[in-house]
Amino acid sequence: MNFWDFMRQNKIEVASLALEHLWMVGLSTLLAVAIGIPLGILITRKPRFHKPVIATANVIQTIPSLALFGFLLPTPWFGDRAGRIAILALMLYALLPLIRNTYTGIKSVDPGVVEAARGMGLTDRQLLFKVELPLAASVILAGIRIAVVISVGLATIAAAVGAGGLGELIFRGLAMVNNSVILAGAVPAAIMALLADVLLGWLERRLAPPRAA
Amino acid sequence: MQPAETAIAFRAVSYQVRNGREVLHDVTFEIPSGEILVLLGRSGSGKTTALKLVNRLLEPSHGEIVVHGRPTRDWDTIPLRRHTGYAIQEVGLFPHYRVGRNIALLPEIENWPKERIAERVKELLKLVGLDPEIAERYPHQLSGGQRQRVGVARALAADPPILLMDEPFGALDPLTRADLQHEFLSLQQKLNKTVLFVTHDVREALLLGTRIALLEAGRLVACQSRHAFLHSSDALVRRYLETLGEISEKRGPA
Repeated sequence: MNFWDFMRQNKIEVASLALEHLWMVGLSTLLAVAIGIPLGILITRKPRFHKPVIATANVIQTIPSLALFGFLLPTPWFGDRAGRIAILALMLYALLPLIRNTYTGIKSVDPGVVEAARGMGLTDRQLLFKVELPLAASVILAGIRIAVVISVGLATIAAAVGAGGLGELIFRGLAMVNNSVILAGAVPAAIMALLADVLLGWLERRLAPPRAA
Repeated sequence: MQPAETAIAFRAVSYQVRNGREVLHDVTFEIPSGEILVLLGRSGSGKTTALKLVNRLLEPSHGEIVVHGRPTRDWDTIPLRRHTGYAIQEVGLFPHYRVGRNIALLPEIENWPKERIAERVKELLKLVGLDPEIAERYPHQLSGGQRQRVGVARALAADPPILLMDEPFGALDPLTRADLQHEFLSLQQKLNKTVLFVTHDVREALLLGTRIALLEAGRLVACQSRHAFLHSSDALVRRYLETLGEISEKRGPA
């Protein structure tokens, strides 16, 4: 059976696995945003946390994904459901680009602009929300974009611990030595990554501060 | 001394950076209300540091700075900074806001009514010699001179009684700079603000300053009226004054 026939006959299954995939990536990215951006802001304010936070995120990044999924299996609560493990692991991988880009984005705001803002009497909070975050937005979004694209790929491995998603088809295809089945998982995943990249790239350009053409 | 008439007073102020180097040493001077005091000095003389001590971007290591009768350490930084407009060479306009919003930001934060803010923006743009229609543009669409003018307008936005200016015209070509200096002088006469103005340009100091304070390596060498400064016998002051005639003297008539 070739790839197109397989897709046609199994479109419901492929679609539902793709949705599951999207859900894992979406939720883990949201969690990473909720944790990573505040952490990135924190280390611009408290420099002594900069090294440990970045180092931790770096170390997490170096753990092979298959191993990380395995390590998380025996953890309480998360270990009860494979989906939870997948979302936790994907969230951990997404942290580094988010923390780093938030930090870099804020730090690369023109020091003259920050000094003028402080000198005119903005509070730290006003400085953050009215000046630093708007000017860092496109860099932060670039971090989200990297995280999402990586996540879409990594999430295929979550099927190894039974979390579902498009990886399910890839692992099944590998076991069956059937390229059509592998492709039925890999092609939608690749398309998903590309679409996310284009969409977030467009948003990133929209958020970039206006500058001389 | 009547504290009401002294806008800013430095009292035996020293400032040390963390490695122990003293950037300012035992500096004392006063600025009466409504005067322009120019802090003159070469780069690294501590003049910018002195300016930042006034609005507490930096804190003195010794001594105190008194603003309108109250030591700066007794001021909350936020009201102190809103009391002292701040204009710097880099201008630091917010690139993501239009010119109008740049000027309006502080009045907005201070909850001025909308109509009054719009009025104020128009008034300020006219005051610094710009067409009010420029309010719709972004900072990157302005020339250097226009940006500096907007910077001054923004510093004046919430009508602070004191202006702190750090080489605000430093990055401009000589003709635009001369225009802005003259306009600034007439502006100050109209508004009667107290101004602490930092520059390394002795010509600018003599043009703008009611009084001139000369800093060298963190120490106050002289603080006197423009007239007294011009006729000072201090060797360093003389050297500054000599630079004024240097080109015609050394190179002769063209």
